[in-house]
Amino acid sequence: MVYALCLVLIAIGLYGVVVKKNVVKIVISLAIIEYGINVLLVLIGYRSGGCAPILQQGMTAATLVANSVDPLPQALVLTAIMINLGMLILMVAICIRLYERYGTFDITEMRRLKG
Amino acid sequence: MSLLAVLLVLMIIGAIIAIETTNLLSSIVCVGAVGFLISIAFLFMGAPDLAITQLVVEALCLIILIRATINRDLTSVTGDREFFGLTVTVAMVLVCLIAGVKVFEDFPAFGQTVMDRMADTPSSVYLAHGTEQTGARNVITALILGYRNYDALGQVAVIFCAVIGALAILRRPAKKDQKAKDSEADAV
Repeated sequence: MVYALCLVLIAIGLYGVVVKKNVVKIVISLAIIEYGINVLLVLIGYRSGGCAPILQQGMTAATLVANSVDPLPQALVLTAIMINLGMLILMVAICIRLYERYGTFDITEMRRLKG
Repeated sequence: MSLLAVLLVLMIIGAIIAIETTNLLSSIVCVGAVGFLISIAFLFMGAPDLAITQLVVEALCLIILIRATINRDLTSVTGDREFFGLTVTVAMVLVCLIAGVKVFEDFPAFGQTVMDRMADTPSSVYLAHGTEQTGARNVITALILGYRNYDALGQVAVIFCAVIGALAILRRPAKKDQKAKDSEADAV
């Protein structure tokens, strides 16, 4: 059920990307899709009642294996978050340029995109 | 589980408001709220490193997005919505949703990891030997800066490329070109 809620978040972002006509809204929708995917990936490695994968005082490696949440998705999502930031920077730069050129964020009025 | 579900429902409400509101600034603030809720959710999912990173990235995202919209005229989209197209779109998104729910049958059940179902997964090996092999008490640190260091290298390369691309897009036209155009106009 929690997985399905993540999927609902992704679906809302997908709806925004397809339906909205404002460029900034599309960028925001893409950010929401990224959030949904990140949470879904971390949730796959979640163990109920599990501790963070940090070796604390008085713990051995065996108890860590038995109690900790999965560290692999977390490491990959950490990379994904930073890459999403890079994507957002690039998209916002394109938005600013488009606004300077067309004077609007409305994609239906950008009709001069010819080669 | 119930706490995570509540947080996710709050995120969904924030996302809906962010997409449907007409004011761009309030929609950006709603996205920020979703990001900070995700940070809290990461804390409860046993991922403190992710929570810290998400906080920093979210603050940066807010600043960048506000930079895009501040001092801009409020764009009001006046185009009439085609009812048929909207219906088809919503239907397609729903089909994607249902198809995605079918995929969850292959996932481990909520609250169980892949480590529980299989012996000697990469995760359990990292957890068991990470501290002695890399000397890092935090297994995430051992993973990012030890076992999967090329991953971090690629991430830095991607961010470098993104910044270079953004600079190339936002760069003003050089003064030299302007002068050349002026002199051409004078010559004509």
